[in-house]
Amino acid sequence: MKNIIEIKNLSKKFVDGTEALSSVNLDIHDGEIIALLGPNGAGKTTLISAVCGITNMSSGSVQVAGFDVKKDYRKTRSIIGLVPQEIALQPFEKVIDVVRYSRNLFGFKNDDKYIEDILKRLLLWEKKDKRIVELSGGMKRRVIIAKALSHNPKILFLDEPTAGVDVDLRIDMWQLIKEIRAKGTTIILTTHYIEEAQEIADRISIINKGKILLTEKKTELIEKMGQKVISIVLSEAINHTKYSDEFDIINDAESNQHIIHYNYLKSDKNFDRFITTLKNDGHVINNIETKEKSLEEIFLDIVSK
Amino acid sequence: MNIQAIKAIYIFEMSRTIRTLVQSIASPVISTVLYFIVFGSAIGSRMENISDVSYGSFIVPGLILLTVSLQSLSNASFSIYFPRFIGTINELLSAPVSYTEIVIGYISAAVTKSMIIGLIILITASFLVDISIQHPIWMICILFLSCVAFSLMGFIVGIWAKNFEQITIIPDLIITPLVFLGGSFYSITLLPEFWQKVTLFNPIVYLISGFRWAFFGNSDVYIGYSIFAIITFTLICLLIIWRIFSTGYRIKN
Ligand SMILES: Nc1ncnc2c1ncn2[C@@H]1O[C@H](COP(=O)(O)OP(=O)(O)O)[C@@H](O)[C@H]1O
Ligand SMILES: [Mg+2]
Repeated sequence: MKNIIEIKNLSKKFVDGTEALSSVNLDIHDGEIIALLGPNGAGKTTLISAVCGITNMSSGSVQVAGFDVKKDYRKTRSIIGLVPQEIALQPFEKVIDVVRYSRNLFGFKNDDKYIEDILKRLLLWEKKDKRIVELSGGMKRRVIIAKALSHNPKILFLDEPTAGVDVDLRIDMWQLIKEIRAKGTTIILTTHYIEEAQEIADRISIINKGKILLTEKKTELIEKMGQKVISIVLSEAINHTKYSDEFDIINDAESNQHIIHYNYLKSDKNFDRFITTLKNDGHVINNIETKEKSLEEIFLDIVSK
Repeated sequence: MNIQAIKAIYIFEMSRTIRTLVQSIASPVISTVLYFIVFGSAIGSRMENISDVSYGSFIVPGLILLTVSLQSLSNASFSIYFPRFIGTINELLSAPVSYTEIVIGYISAAVTKSMIIGLIILITASFLVDISIQHPIWMICILFLSCVAFSLMGFIVGIWAKNFEQITIIPDLIITPLVFLGGSFYSITLLPEFWQKVTLFNPIVYLISGFRWAFFGNSDVYIGYSIFAIITFTLICLLIIWRIFSTGYRIKN
Protein backbone atom coordinates (compact mmCIF):
# COMPACT_ATOMS: atom_id res chain seq x y z
CA MET A 1 0.00 0.00 0.00
CA LYS A 2 1.34 3.41 -0.98
CA ASN A 3 1.63 6.03 1.73
CA ILE A 4 0.42 9.45 0.71
CA ILE A 5 1.37 11.02 4.04
CA GLU A 6 4.21 9.99 6.32
CA ILE A 7 4.47 11.64 9.71
CA LYS A 8 7.67 10.94 11.60
CA ASN A 9 8.38 11.83 15.23
CA LEU A 10 6.24 14.90 15.04
CA SER A 11 6.25 16.94 18.24
CA LYS A 12 4.65 20.27 18.98
CA LYS A 13 5.14 22.41 22.02
CA PHE A 14 3.26 25.69 22.07
CA VAL A 15 4.94 28.88 23.28
CA ASP A 16 3.03 28.65 26.55
CA GLY A 17 4.65 25.27 27.19
CA THR A 18 1.67 23.04 26.31
CA GLU A 19 2.94 19.86 24.72
CA ALA A 20 0.19 19.16 22.22
CA LEU A 21 1.94 16.41 20.25
CA SER A 22 4.74 14.17 21.37
CA SER A 23 6.62 12.10 18.85
CA VAL A 24 3.71 11.18 16.64
CA ASN A 25 4.27 8.60 13.91
CA LEU A 26 1.52 7.95 11.40
CA ASP A 27 1.34 6.72 7.83
CA ILE A 28 -1.72 7.51 5.78
CA HIS A 29 -2.50 5.29 2.83
CA ASP A 30 -3.40 6.61 -0.58
CA GLY A 31 -7.15 6.56 -1.12
CA GLU A 32 -8.23 5.57 2.38
CA ILE A 33 -10.53 7.17 4.90
CA ILE A 34 -8.75 7.33 8.22
CA ALA A 35 -10.36 8.59 11.40
CA LEU A 36 -8.31 10.27 14.10
CA LEU A 37 -10.36 9.40 17.12
CA GLY A 38 -9.66 11.11 20.40
CA PRO A 39 -11.21 13.20 23.17
CA ASN A 40 -11.16 17.00 23.19
CA GLY A 41 -7.68 18.37 23.65
CA ALA A 42 -6.04 15.18 22.36
CA GLY A 43 -4.05 17.06 19.71
CA LYS A 44 -6.08 16.24 16.60
CA THR A 45 -6.35 19.81 15.35
CA THR A 46 -2.71 20.49 16.14
CA LEU A 47 -1.69 17.44 14.12
CA ILE A 48 -3.66 18.66 11.10
CA SER A 49 -2.33 22.19 11.54
CA ALA A 50 1.25 20.98 11.47
CA VAL A 51 0.69 18.99 8.26
CA CYS A 52 -1.11 21.88 6.55
CA GLY A 53 1.38 24.60 7.52
CA ILE A 54 -0.85 26.48 9.96
CA THR A 55 1.44 25.86 12.89
CA ASN A 56 5.20 25.33 13.06
CA MET A 57 6.28 21.94 14.27
CA SER A 58 8.80 21.77 17.11
CA SER A 59 10.50 18.68 15.73
CA GLY A 60 9.94 15.80 13.36
CA SER A 61 9.04 15.72 9.72
CA VAL A 62 6.02 15.27 7.49
CA GLN A 63 6.06 14.11 3.90
CA VAL A 64 3.09 14.47 1.58
CA ALA A 65 3.20 12.58 -1.72
CA GLY A 66 6.94 12.22 -1.20
CA PHE A 67 7.58 15.92 -0.60
CA ASP A 68 8.60 17.59 2.63
CA VAL A 69 5.86 19.93 3.90
CA LYS A 70 8.38 22.62 4.83
CA LYS A 71 10.82 22.54 1.93
CA ASP A 72 8.32 21.76 -0.81
CA TYR A 73 5.29 23.46 0.72
CA ARG A 74 3.94 24.58 -2.64
CA LYS A 75 3.78 21.02 -3.92
CA THR A 76 2.33 19.58 -0.74
CA ARG A 77 -0.19 22.30 0.02
CA SER A 78 -1.58 22.50 -3.50
CA ILE A 79 -2.90 18.93 -3.25
CA ILE A 80 -4.38 19.33 0.23
CA GLY A 81 -7.82 20.66 1.11
CA LEU A 82 -8.71 21.51 4.69
CA VAL A 83 -12.12 21.85 6.30
CA PRO A 84 -11.26 23.42 9.64
CA GLN A 85 -13.03 22.72 12.91
CA GLU A 86 -13.94 26.36 13.46
CA ILE A 87 -15.91 28.01 10.70
CA ALA A 88 -13.95 31.08 9.60
CA LEU A 89 -15.41 33.15 6.77
CA GLN A 90 -15.27 36.77 5.70
CA PRO A 91 -18.78 37.82 6.77
CA PHE A 92 -19.68 40.31 4.05
CA GLU A 93 -18.53 38.40 0.99
CA LYS A 94 -20.72 36.43 -1.39
CA VAL A 95 -20.65 32.64 -1.27
CA ILE A 96 -19.35 32.28 -4.81
CA ASP A 97 -16.61 34.87 -4.26
CA VAL A 98 -15.17 33.17 -1.19
CA VAL A 99 -15.14 29.83 -2.99
CA ARG A 100 -13.43 31.31 -6.06
CA TYR A 101 -10.98 33.10 -3.78
CA SER A 102 -9.90 29.76 -2.29
CA ARG A 103 -9.37 28.26 -5.70
CA ASN A 104 -7.20 31.20 -6.78
CA LEU A 105 -5.28 31.20 -3.53
CA PHE A 106 -4.27 27.62 -4.26
CA GLY A 107 -2.88 28.77 -7.59
CA PHE A 108 -5.68 27.73 -9.92
CA LYS A 109 -7.47 29.84 -12.52
CA ASN A 110 -11.22 30.30 -12.25
CA ASP A 111 -13.23 27.37 -13.51
CA ASP A 112 -16.90 28.31 -13.42
CA LYS A 113 -18.15 24.86 -14.37
CA TYR A 114 -16.20 23.14 -11.64
CA ILE A 115 -17.27 25.62 -8.96
CA GLU A 116 -20.87 25.32 -10.14
CA ASP A 117 -20.72 21.53 -9.77
CA ILE A 118 -19.38 21.78 -6.24
CA LEU A 119 -21.91 24.38 -5.17
CA LYS A 120 -24.74 22.32 -6.66
CA ARG A 121 -23.57 19.17 -4.91
CA LEU A 122 -23.46 21.04 -1.62
CA LEU A 123 -26.90 22.57 -2.24
CA LEU A 124 -25.41 26.05 -2.26
CA TRP A 125 -26.00 27.00 -5.88
CA GLU A 126 -29.20 28.92 -5.09
CA LYS A 127 -27.33 30.75 -2.35
CA LYS A 128 -24.30 31.63 -4.43
CA ASP A 129 -24.99 35.37 -4.41
CA LYS A 130 -25.94 35.53 -0.75
CA ARG A 131 -23.54 37.09 1.70
CA ILE A 132 -22.03 34.81 4.34
CA VAL A 133 -23.84 36.61 7.19
CA GLU A 134 -27.16 35.67 5.60
CA LEU A 135 -26.48 31.93 5.82
CA SER A 136 -27.45 29.43 8.49
CA GLY A 137 -24.80 27.54 10.44
CA GLY A 138 -25.27 24.40 8.37
CA MET A 139 -24.87 26.35 5.15
CA LYS A 140 -21.69 28.00 6.41
CA ARG A 141 -20.27 24.59 7.15
CA ARG A 142 -21.04 23.57 3.57
CA VAL A 143 -19.32 26.72 2.32
CA ILE A 144 -16.08 25.80 4.07
CA ILE A 145 -16.33 22.36 2.50
CA ALA A 146 -16.83 23.95 -0.92
CA LYS A 147 -13.76 26.12 -0.29
CA ALA A 148 -11.69 23.08 0.64
CA LEU A 149 -12.81 21.26 -2.52
CA SER A 150 -12.42 24.29 -4.80
CA HIS A 151 -8.98 23.23 -6.06
CA ASN A 152 -9.87 19.56 -6.40
CA PRO A 153 -7.44 18.31 -3.74
CA LYS A 154 -6.03 14.78 -3.67
CA ILE A 155 -6.09 14.80 0.12
CA LEU A 156 -8.91 16.18 2.24
CA PHE A 157 -8.71 16.91 5.96
CA LEU A 158 -12.00 17.21 7.79
CA ASP A 159 -11.60 18.45 11.34
CA GLU A 160 -14.65 17.35 13.35
CA PRO A 161 -17.04 17.77 10.41
CA THR A 162 -20.09 16.69 12.37
CA ALA A 163 -19.46 18.15 15.81
CA GLY A 164 -22.69 19.71 16.98
CA VAL A 165 -24.54 18.72 13.82
CA ASP A 166 -27.92 16.98 14.06
CA VAL A 167 -28.44 13.37 13.05
CA ASP A 168 -29.85 13.92 9.54
CA LEU A 169 -27.05 16.25 8.59
CA ARG A 170 -24.52 13.83 10.00
CA ILE A 171 -25.79 11.08 7.72
CA ASP A 172 -25.65 13.48 4.75
CA MET A 173 -22.08 14.32 5.66
CA TRP A 174 -21.09 10.66 5.79
CA GLN A 175 -22.67 10.16 2.37
CA LEU A 176 -20.73 13.13 0.99
CA ILE A 177 -17.44 11.86 2.45
CA LYS A 178 -17.99 8.47 0.83
CA GLU A 179 -18.68 10.12 -2.52
CA ILE A 180 -15.52 12.20 -2.32
CA ARG A 181 -13.47 9.14 -1.48
CA ALA A 182 -15.01 7.24 -4.39
CA LYS A 183 -13.29 9.76 -6.67
CA GLY A 184 -9.92 8.71 -5.27
CA THR A 185 -9.44 11.41 -2.64
CA THR A 186 -7.69 10.38 0.57
CA ILE A 187 -9.66 11.52 3.58
CA ILE A 188 -8.41 12.21 7.08
CA LEU A 189 -11.18 12.96 9.48
CA THR A 190 -11.03 13.77 13.15
CA THR A 191 -13.84 12.99 15.46
CA HIS A 192 -14.66 12.23 19.03
CA TYR A 193 -17.73 10.21 18.02
CA ILE A 194 -16.89 6.54 17.98
CA GLU A 195 -19.86 5.63 15.84
CA GLU A 196 -18.68 8.08 13.21
CA ALA A 197 -15.29 6.41 12.98
CA GLN A 198 -17.05 3.07 12.91
CA GLU A 199 -19.42 4.15 10.17
CA ILE A 200 -17.05 5.54 7.56
CA ALA A 201 -13.39 4.91 8.33
CA ASP A 202 -11.22 2.21 6.78
CA ARG A 203 -8.69 2.65 9.55
CA ILE A 204 -8.92 4.22 12.96
CA SER A 205 -6.12 5.92 14.79
CA ILE A 206 -6.68 6.58 18.46
CA ILE A 207 -4.99 9.69 19.82
CA ASN A 208 -4.87 10.94 23.38
CA LYS A 209 -2.73 13.52 25.19
CA GLY A 210 -0.63 14.12 22.11
CA LYS A 211 0.20 10.47 21.51
CA ILE A 212 -1.07 7.98 18.98
CA LEU A 213 -2.10 4.94 21.00
CA LEU A 214 -2.91 2.62 18.15
CA THR A 215 -3.69 2.66 14.47
CA GLU A 216 -5.65 -0.25 13.13
CA LYS A 217 -8.01 -1.37 10.44
CA LYS A 218 -11.56 -0.84 11.54
CA THR A 219 -12.35 -4.50 10.95
CA GLU A 220 -9.55 -5.51 13.30
CA LEU A 221 -10.75 -3.12 15.91
CA ILE A 222 -14.22 -4.54 15.58
CA GLU A 223 -12.68 -7.95 15.96
CA LYS A 224 -11.51 -6.71 19.32
CA MET A 225 -15.00 -5.55 19.90
CA GLY A 226 -15.95 -9.23 19.69
CA GLN A 227 -14.10 -9.47 22.95
CA LYS A 228 -16.30 -10.43 25.88
CA VAL A 229 -15.94 -10.38 29.58
CA ILE A 230 -17.19 -13.56 31.19
CA SER A 231 -18.00 -13.40 34.87
CA ILE A 232 -17.81 -16.70 36.64
CA VAL A 233 -19.54 -16.83 40.01
CA LEU A 234 -18.15 -19.47 42.30
CA SER A 235 -19.69 -20.97 45.41
CA GLU A 236 -16.72 -19.99 47.58
CA ALA A 237 -13.89 -17.47 47.58
CA ILE A 238 -10.71 -18.38 45.74
CA ASN A 239 -7.23 -17.00 45.27
CA HIS A 240 -7.14 -15.12 41.90
CA THR A 241 -3.40 -14.87 41.70
CA LYS A 242 -3.14 -18.60 41.35
CA TYR A 243 -4.71 -18.29 37.88
CA SER A 244 -3.73 -14.86 36.68
CA ASP A 245 -0.35 -15.94 35.35
CA GLU A 246 -1.76 -18.57 33.09
CA PHE A 247 -5.13 -17.10 32.13
CA ASP A 248 -6.35 -13.69 30.98
CA ILE A 249 -8.39 -12.75 34.00
CA ILE A 250 -9.09 -9.18 35.07
CA ASN A 251 -7.97 -8.07 38.51
CA ASP A 252 -10.18 -5.00 38.63
CA ALA A 253 -11.46 -3.35 41.76
CA GLU A 254 -14.90 -4.83 41.34
CA SER A 255 -13.78 -8.44 41.45
CA ASN A 256 -14.43 -9.94 44.80
CA GLN A 257 -13.16 -13.29 45.73
CA HIS A 258 -16.27 -15.11 44.58
CA ILE A 259 -16.27 -13.71 41.06
CA ILE A 260 -13.67 -14.03 38.36
CA HIS A 261 -13.80 -11.87 35.25
CA TYR A 262 -12.36 -13.65 32.27
CA ASN A 263 -11.32 -11.76 29.11
CA TYR A 264 -12.74 -13.88 26.33
CA LEU A 265 -11.34 -13.31 22.85
CA LYS A 266 -12.98 -14.70 19.74
CA SER A 267 -12.71 -18.54 19.62
CA ASP A 268 -10.65 -18.59 22.77
CA LYS A 269 -9.18 -22.09 23.25
CA ASN A 270 -8.01 -21.40 26.79
CA PHE A 271 -11.49 -20.83 28.16
CA ASP A 272 -12.39 -24.49 28.13
CA ARG A 273 -9.09 -25.29 29.82
CA PHE A 274 -9.76 -22.61 32.42
CA ILE A 275 -13.13 -24.07 33.36
CA THR A 276 -11.61 -27.55 33.51
CA THR A 277 -8.80 -26.27 35.72
CA LEU A 278 -11.30 -24.64 38.07
CA LYS A 279 -13.27 -27.87 38.33
CA ASN A 280 -10.16 -29.98 38.79
CA ASP A 281 -9.22 -27.70 41.64
CA GLY A 282 -12.55 -28.50 43.24
CA HIS A 283 -14.36 -25.21 42.70
CA VAL A 284 -18.09 -25.21 42.09
CA ILE A 285 -19.47 -22.84 39.47
CA ASN A 286 -22.79 -21.30 40.44
CA ASN A 287 -23.35 -18.98 37.49
CA ILE A 288 -21.76 -17.62 34.32
CA GLU A 289 -22.56 -14.19 32.83
CA THR A 290 -21.16 -12.75 29.63
CA LYS A 291 -20.87 -9.12 28.61
CA GLU A 292 -19.80 -7.76 25.20
CA LYS A 293 -17.25 -4.95 25.15
CA SER A 294 -18.35 -2.02 23.01
CA LEU A 295 -15.94 -0.02 20.87
CA GLU A 296 -16.61 2.74 23.36
CA GLU A 297 -15.27 0.61 26.19
CA ILE A 298 -12.31 -0.56 24.14
CA PHE A 299 -11.62 3.06 23.36
CA LEU A 300 -11.88 4.09 27.00
CA ASP A 301 -9.65 1.18 27.98
CA ILE A 302 -7.00 2.27 25.53
CA VAL A 303 -7.26 5.95 26.39
CA SER A 304 -7.15 5.43 30.15
CA LYS A 305 -4.06 3.20 30.09
CA MET B 1 5.42 32.68 -8.14
CA ASN B 2 1.74 32.07 -7.36
CA ILE B 3 0.40 34.99 -9.40
CA GLN B 4 -3.18 33.74 -9.07
CA ALA B 5 -2.93 34.06 -5.30
CA ILE B 6 -1.46 37.57 -5.38
CA LYS B 7 -4.21 38.64 -7.73
CA ALA B 8 -6.84 36.98 -5.56
CA ILE B 9 -5.64 38.74 -2.39
CA TYR B 10 -5.40 42.07 -4.20
CA ILE B 11 -8.85 41.85 -5.77
CA PHE B 12 -10.40 40.63 -2.51
CA GLU B 13 -8.95 43.58 -0.62
CA MET B 14 -9.88 46.09 -3.30
CA SER B 15 -13.45 44.82 -3.44
CA ARG B 16 -13.68 45.43 0.30
CA THR B 17 -12.58 49.00 -0.39
CA ILE B 18 -15.06 49.44 -3.20
CA ARG B 19 -17.88 48.16 -1.02
CA THR B 20 -17.09 50.86 1.51
CA LEU B 21 -16.23 53.40 -1.16
CA VAL B 22 -18.08 56.32 0.33
CA GLN B 23 -16.45 56.14 3.73
CA SER B 24 -13.07 55.21 2.24
CA ILE B 25 -12.92 58.26 0.06
CA ALA B 26 -15.41 60.77 1.37
CA SER B 27 -13.91 60.99 4.83
CA PRO B 28 -10.37 61.97 3.78
CA VAL B 29 -11.81 64.47 1.29
CA ILE B 30 -14.03 66.05 3.91
CA SER B 31 -11.25 66.29 6.48
CA THR B 32 -8.95 67.85 3.87
CA VAL B 33 -11.50 70.47 3.01
CA LEU B 34 -11.87 71.21 6.72
CA TYR B 35 -8.13 71.62 7.14
CA PHE B 36 -8.03 74.05 4.23
CA ILE B 37 -10.92 76.06 5.54
CA VAL B 38 -9.30 76.36 8.96
CA PHE B 39 -5.58 76.50 8.18
CA GLY B 40 -5.58 77.55 4.56
CA SER B 41 -8.18 80.30 4.54
CA ALA B 42 -9.07 81.34 8.08
CA ILE B 43 -5.65 81.23 9.69
CA GLY B 44 -3.52 81.03 6.54
CA SER B 45 -4.70 84.42 5.28
CA ARG B 46 -3.03 86.00 8.31
CA MET B 47 0.17 83.97 7.96
CA GLU B 48 3.30 85.12 6.18
CA ASN B 49 4.48 83.23 3.14
CA ILE B 50 7.05 80.54 3.88
CA SER B 51 9.92 80.63 1.34
CA ASP B 52 7.73 82.52 -1.14
CA VAL B 53 4.97 79.97 -0.88
CA SER B 54 1.59 81.03 0.48
CA TYR B 55 0.70 79.23 3.70
CA GLY B 56 -2.32 77.56 2.13
CA SER B 57 -0.15 75.95 -0.55
CA PHE B 58 2.66 75.25 1.90
CA ILE B 59 0.58 72.85 3.97
CA VAL B 60 -0.62 70.76 0.98
CA PRO B 61 2.29 68.27 0.95
CA GLY B 62 2.17 67.83 4.74
CA LEU B 63 -1.55 67.35 4.70
CA ILE B 64 -1.35 64.74 1.96
CA LEU B 65 1.37 62.87 3.83
CA LEU B 66 -0.52 63.06 7.11
CA THR B 67 -3.62 61.49 5.59
CA VAL B 68 -1.77 59.02 3.40
CA SER B 69 0.45 57.74 6.19
CA LEU B 70 -2.47 57.19 8.56
CA GLN B 71 -4.57 55.61 5.83
CA SER B 72 -1.76 53.26 4.81
CA LEU B 73 -1.19 52.27 8.41
CA SER B 74 -4.82 51.59 9.21
CA ASN B 75 -5.62 49.85 5.92
CA ALA B 76 -2.67 47.52 6.03
CA SER B 77 -2.94 46.74 9.73
CA PHE B 78 -6.65 46.07 9.49
CA SER B 79 -6.31 43.96 6.36
CA ILE B 80 -4.07 41.44 8.12
CA TYR B 81 -5.46 41.81 11.65
CA PHE B 82 -9.03 41.03 10.56
CA PRO B 83 -8.19 37.61 9.04
CA ARG B 84 -6.24 36.81 12.21
CA PHE B 85 -9.20 37.89 14.32
CA ILE B 86 -11.85 35.88 12.46
CA GLY B 87 -9.53 32.98 11.69
CA THR B 88 -9.46 33.14 7.89
CA ILE B 89 -5.69 33.59 8.10
CA ASN B 90 -5.45 29.81 8.49
CA GLU B 91 -6.57 29.38 4.92
CA LEU B 92 -3.83 31.72 3.79
CA LEU B 93 -1.24 29.82 5.81
CA SER B 94 -2.37 26.47 4.43
CA ALA B 95 -2.32 27.69 0.84
CA PRO B 96 0.70 27.28 -1.45
CA VAL B 97 1.54 30.95 -1.06
CA SER B 98 4.92 32.35 -0.03
CA TYR B 99 5.29 35.11 2.54
CA THR B 100 6.51 37.42 -0.18
CA GLU B 101 3.34 36.80 -2.16
CA ILE B 102 1.17 37.45 0.88
CA VAL B 103 2.97 40.72 1.56
CA ILE B 104 2.81 41.80 -2.09
CA GLY B 105 -0.91 41.05 -2.25
CA TYR B 106 -1.89 42.95 0.89
CA ILE B 107 0.61 45.79 0.57
CA SER B 108 -0.21 46.57 -3.04
CA ALA B 109 -3.90 46.78 -2.16
CA ALA B 110 -3.19 49.12 0.78
CA VAL B 111 -0.83 51.22 -1.36
CA THR B 112 -3.33 51.49 -4.20
CA LYS B 113 -5.99 52.74 -1.85
CA SER B 114 -3.69 55.27 -0.18
CA MET B 115 -2.34 56.54 -3.49
CA ILE B 116 -5.89 57.12 -4.72
CA ILE B 117 -6.73 59.02 -1.54
CA GLY B 118 -3.51 61.05 -1.79
CA LEU B 119 -4.29 62.03 -5.37
CA ILE B 120 -7.88 62.88 -4.49
CA ILE B 121 -6.66 65.22 -1.75
CA LEU B 122 -4.23 66.81 -4.19
CA ILE B 123 -7.01 67.38 -6.70
CA THR B 124 -9.34 68.70 -4.00
CA ALA B 125 -6.63 71.05 -2.76
CA SER B 126 -5.91 72.31 -6.26
CA PHE B 127 -9.44 73.74 -6.32
CA LEU B 128 -8.81 75.64 -3.11
CA VAL B 129 -5.24 76.94 -3.41
CA ASP B 130 -2.59 77.48 -6.10
CA ILE B 131 -0.42 74.44 -6.54
CA SER B 132 2.40 74.01 -8.99
CA ILE B 133 4.52 70.90 -8.81
CA GLN B 134 8.22 71.40 -9.64
CA HIS B 135 9.21 67.73 -9.79
CA PRO B 136 6.08 65.71 -10.59
CA ILE B 137 7.92 62.42 -11.11
CA TRP B 138 9.67 62.75 -7.75
CA MET B 139 6.40 63.78 -6.16
CA ILE B 140 4.77 60.51 -7.31
CA CYS B 141 7.85 58.47 -6.32
CA ILE B 142 8.00 59.90 -2.81
CA LEU B 143 4.26 59.55 -2.37
CA PHE B 144 4.47 55.96 -3.55
CA LEU B 145 7.40 55.09 -1.30
CA SER B 146 5.70 56.68 1.68
CA CYS B 147 2.58 54.61 1.03
CA VAL B 148 4.69 51.47 0.77
CA ALA B 149 6.65 52.23 3.93
CA PHE B 150 3.60 53.02 6.05
CA SER B 151 1.66 50.07 4.65
CA LEU B 152 4.53 47.77 5.59
CA MET B 153 4.56 49.30 9.03
CA GLY B 154 0.79 48.80 9.26
CA PHE B 155 1.23 45.18 8.28
CA ILE B 156 3.65 44.74 11.18
CA VAL B 157 1.23 46.39 13.57
CA GLY B 158 -1.58 44.14 12.29
CA ILE B 159 0.44 41.05 13.09
CA TRP B 160 1.71 42.34 16.41
CA ALA B 161 -1.64 43.60 17.72
CA LYS B 162 -3.53 41.39 20.15
CA ASN B 163 -6.73 43.43 20.02
CA PHE B 164 -8.40 46.27 18.16
CA GLU B 165 -7.12 48.91 20.61
CA GLN B 166 -3.53 48.02 19.90
CA ILE B 167 -4.11 48.64 16.21
CA THR B 168 -4.92 52.26 16.90
CA ILE B 169 -2.17 52.77 19.47
CA ILE B 170 0.66 53.12 16.95
CA PRO B 171 -1.05 55.65 14.68
CA ASP B 172 -2.54 57.65 17.56
CA LEU B 173 0.38 57.67 19.96
CA ILE B 174 3.34 57.62 17.61
CA ILE B 175 2.62 58.48 14.01
CA THR B 176 0.15 61.34 14.46
CA PRO B 177 2.46 63.25 16.86
CA LEU B 178 5.50 62.57 14.70
CA VAL B 179 3.74 63.79 11.58
CA PHE B 180 2.43 66.91 13.30
CA LEU B 181 5.82 67.66 14.84
CA GLY B 182 7.59 66.72 11.63
CA GLY B 183 6.73 69.99 9.97
CA SER B 184 3.47 69.17 8.20
CA PHE B 185 2.11 72.60 8.98
CA TYR B 186 5.29 74.64 9.47
CA SER B 187 8.88 74.80 8.29
CA ILE B 188 11.23 73.40 10.91
CA THR B 189 13.49 76.40 10.24
CA LEU B 190 10.92 78.40 12.20
CA LEU B 191 11.75 76.44 15.36
CA PRO B 192 14.36 77.53 17.94
CA GLU B 193 17.76 76.08 17.11
CA PHE B 194 17.66 73.43 19.87
CA TRP B 195 14.30 72.05 18.73
CA GLN B 196 15.49 72.07 15.12
CA LYS B 197 18.24 69.65 16.17
CA VAL B 198 15.82 67.46 18.16
CA THR B 199 13.43 67.39 15.23
CA LEU B 200 16.09 65.84 13.03
CA PHE B 201 15.61 62.60 14.99
CA ASN B 202 12.05 62.47 13.74
CA PRO B 203 12.10 60.34 10.57
CA ILE B 204 8.90 61.97 9.32
CA VAL B 205 10.77 65.28 8.91
CA TYR B 206 12.76 63.78 6.04
CA LEU B 207 9.64 62.47 4.40
CA ILE B 208 7.75 65.72 4.55
CA SER B 209 10.76 67.77 3.60
CA GLY B 210 11.43 65.58 0.57
CA PHE B 211 7.82 65.65 -0.48
CA ARG B 212 7.69 69.42 -0.12
CA TRP B 213 10.85 69.73 -2.20
CA ALA B 214 9.08 67.82 -5.01
CA PHE B 215 6.34 70.45 -4.90
CA PHE B 216 8.21 73.69 -4.36
CA GLY B 217 11.85 72.95 -5.18
CA ASN B 218 13.18 73.93 -1.75
CA SER B 219 13.30 71.95 1.45
CA ASP B 220 14.29 71.95 5.12
CA VAL B 221 16.80 69.14 4.75
CA TYR B 222 18.92 68.08 1.80
CA ILE B 223 16.78 66.00 -0.61
CA GLY B 224 19.40 63.21 -0.72
CA TYR B 225 18.94 62.64 3.00
CA SER B 226 15.20 62.45 2.50
CA ILE B 227 15.44 59.78 -0.17
CA PHE B 228 17.93 57.89 1.95
CA ALA B 229 15.66 58.08 5.00
CA ILE B 230 12.58 56.86 3.13
CA ILE B 231 14.43 53.92 1.61
CA THR B 232 16.04 52.99 4.93
CA PHE B 233 12.65 53.11 6.66
CA THR B 234 11.15 50.84 3.98
CA LEU B 235 14.02 48.38 4.26
CA ILE B 236 13.76 48.22 8.04
CA CYS B 237 10.06 47.40 7.76
CA LEU B 238 10.80 44.70 5.19
CA LEU B 239 13.43 43.21 7.46
CA ILE B 240 11.02 43.08 10.40
CA ILE B 241 8.35 41.42 8.26
CA TRP B 242 10.86 38.90 7.02
CA ARG B 243 11.76 38.10 10.64
CA ILE B 244 8.11 37.81 11.64
CA PHE B 245 7.41 35.27 8.94
CA SER B 246 10.59 33.28 9.33
CA THR B 247 9.92 32.80 13.04
CA GLY B 248 6.13 32.49 12.75
CA TYR B 249 5.78 35.25 15.37
CA ARG B 250 2.17 35.53 16.57
CA ILE B 251 0.96 33.60 13.56
CA LYS B 252 2.15 30.05 13.67
CA ASN B 253 3.03 29.30 17.28
N1 LIG C 1 -2.47 28.06 20.22
C1 LIG C 1 -2.34 27.27 21.30
N2 LIG C 1 -1.57 27.66 22.33
C2 LIG C 1 -1.42 26.86 23.41
N3 LIG C 1 -1.99 25.65 23.55
C3 LIG C 1 -2.78 25.21 22.56
C4 LIG C 1 -3.00 25.99 21.38
N4 LIG C 1 -3.82 25.30 20.56
C5 LIG C 1 -4.10 24.14 21.21
N5 LIG C 1 -3.48 24.10 22.40
C6 LIG C 1 -3.51 22.97 23.37
O1 LIG C 1 -3.00 21.81 22.74
C7 LIG C 1 -3.75 20.67 23.11
C8 LIG C 1 -4.31 19.99 21.87
O2 LIG C 1 -5.30 20.82 21.29
P1 LIG C 1 -6.05 20.45 19.97
O3 LIG C 1 -5.07 20.00 18.95
O4 LIG C 1 -6.92 21.60 19.60
O5 LIG C 1 -6.95 19.21 20.44
P2 LIG C 1 -8.18 18.52 19.72
O6 LIG C 1 -8.30 19.07 18.35
O7 LIG C 1 -7.85 17.06 19.72
O8 LIG C 1 -9.38 18.80 20.54
C9 LIG C 1 -4.79 21.14 24.08
O9 LIG C 1 -4.30 20.93 25.38
C10 LIG C 1 -4.93 22.60 23.79
O10 LIG C 1 -5.31 23.31 24.94
MG1 LIG D 1 -9.83 20.02 17.49
